[in-house]
Amino acid sequence: MKLVIAIVAAFALAGSAGGVAYAAPQPEECDVPASLLETDTDLSRVLNEVKTKHRLDVSVIGSGSSALTGPEGVHSAYPARLEEALKARLTGIDVKVTPHVQSKATTAAMVSGFGKILADDKPALVIWQTGTADALSGVEPEDFRVSLDDGIEKIQSDGADVVLMNMQYSPRTESMLDVSAYADVMRLVAQARGALLFDRLAIMHSWNDEGTFDLYTATKKYDMARRVHDCIARALASQIINAAHLDAVRMQTTR
Amino acid sequence: MSARDMFAKTVFAKPLAVVSPLPALATERDLRLDLFRGVALWLIFLDHIPENVVNWFTLRNYGFSDATEIFIFISGYTAAFVYGRAMRDRGILIASARVLRRAWQIYVAHIFLFTIFMAEIAYVAATFDNPLYAEEMNILDFLRQPDVTIFQALILKFKPVNMDVLPLYIVLLLFFPPMLWLLLWQPALALAGSALVYVLAWNFDWNLPAYPNGVWFFNPFAWQLLFVFGAWCALGGAQRLAGVLRSRVVLGIAIAYLLFAFAVTLTWYYEPLDRFVPAWLSDWMYPIDKTNLDVLRFAHFLALAAVTVRFVPRDWPALNSPILQPAIVCGQHSLEIFCLGVFLAFAGQFIISEYSGGPLMQTAISLLGILIMVATASLISWYKKIEGRSPTSRVKPPDADLAGGEA
Repeated sequence: MKLVIAIVAAFALAGSAGGVAYAAPQPEECDVPASLLETDTDLSRVLNEVKTKHRLDVSVIGSGSSALTGPEGVHSAYPARLEEALKARLTGIDVKVTPHVQSKATTAAMVSGFGKILADDKPALVIWQTGTADALSGVEPEDFRVSLDDGIEKIQSDGADVVLMNMQYSPRTESMLDVSAYADVMRLVAQARGALLFDRLAIMHSWNDEGTFDLYTATKKYDMARRVHDCIARALASQIINAAHLDAVRMQTTR
Repeated sequence: MSARDMFAKTVFAKPLAVVSPLPALATERDLRLDLFRGVALWLIFLDHIPENVVNWFTLRNYGFSDATEIFIFISGYTAAFVYGRAMRDRGILIASARVLRRAWQIYVAHIFLFTIFMAEIAYVAATFDNPLYAEEMNILDFLRQPDVTIFQALILKFKPVNMDVLPLYIVLLLFFPPMLWLLLWQPALALAGSALVYVLAWNFDWNLPAYPNGVWFFNPFAWQLLFVFGAWCALGGAQRLAGVLRSRVVLGIAIAYLLFAFAVTLTWYYEPLDRFVPAWLSDWMYPIDKTNLDVLRFAHFLALAAVTVRFVPRDWPALNSPILQPAIVCGQHSLEIFCLGVFLAFAGQFIISEYSGGPLMQTAISLLGILIMVATASLISWYKKIEGRSPTSRVKPPDADLAGGEA
């Protein structure tokens, strides 16, 4: 009997959880459910740099899904769009986003290049997009965890904040490429290390569910890919500004 | 008598029963096994469709263990039930030969499923193109080297997503004959040996290699514990545990643990609850490793089994009611229905992605899939019945599937 009650309670709670995670869509294009951008993590180094130096240096380190090919690829991929979005929202702040994209690079391979990137860019914030290449080449989740932990430690000890970005939601390849185990590891490591997680997987999933984008579409054209990257950049900018409490700063500077 | 003499005697003569007093094997089939295996097969089918609202109703969302544990445990139980009797009545050689024939059948079924999977992948590769997913499409690289890929699949090193259970089962059956012999001869020793392998696998990271990288998703060195535990229960262990299972304290602990697991699982799906999990607990608890059958998962299965056995007795009248027959008949033909479920999951997912299925479509596909599974299982039952009645059929040994099924 107790089990029956537990199961009934489970369904009730699961139902209400679903309701919160997928709030009613706003009329605005590519809106992201607020719960997916909420965080307890503070990006204090970002706040500090913006406050004291009126600038913000960001390094984006990632694999293939941090870039777009084709004409205008560099300008339409999310790192460049992020720079635009941050500039638009942080008036008077000198924002610079430097992408370091290596297609097919696994987490371990990326970490080996961190020293040079950190020395060259001197970023206050590193956005580290990873996990897809590891899932593709079947890196053991435990090895993945160790590399991830190692990389975050390197960035943090260098004095920068970290945003971890997980995989894209890719419904067509879902039956061949299971990224969930790697996404779980990223969530746990981010939590343990005080890094911010940008849950690209869940955000794109919600866009697909809400009909914002039909991610099943087969198309050789670039327009949808560009719009998705632009939306990712704007969501990312919002999360960074929230987590670094930059809205308050901007209001002070413009007053 | 040494183990070697014992072996010689049981191989060349058959009277194992004379050598050592064997535990009395239950002779009547336990419909609960069929029922729960049938339900597990449905759940595995549902879980294999990634985009599916009905997934919210499957076991894995409410605790640590899932349908895989049920499937492997019951498979161990029924394998021991069927082949244990064969080993006792007809000797090691015959029983081992039958186990190995079963392993071969499962291997063929696995390769059949692999072929269907390859067809699906090839279709996606040929039709789906989107610059957004340039990186993800690298997963199709293996199509460029079919020579390597197909060979790796034949030696069970290359296993596409969701095709890990049958290879595990094949390996478990390959090592089952000596284990079964030990279980009949020294059940406690066999169980202890199995537990030892489990512990060693954890300590020394034993697992089988996979292609192109990594290791098996279901580590056979770890999952064998559940299979052997099921076999041990079938060969008299369940009776030995009966006293423990009747205890109110054990029931209390089991329910408390199930509730704890349920509470923890909730925090995975509803992020704001995450803060109520203390750091020391998550440090100790995570990751809950499915590959190596985490102790927390094993314990969760045991708790679930303890509660189930308590509330669903062997002679539960509902087991004979028509309402439960669909699940029971699926459980009785588990290899066929398992394979069908994997195929239907592919097909269902394909329909959902091609025709953009909303929650309604997903529910319809889930229900239709289960309906096809039930209809097929009923058809197989019917075939067996008419074959058994046909005048040309010879008298056969007890039907393994109907004795609780083998797969």
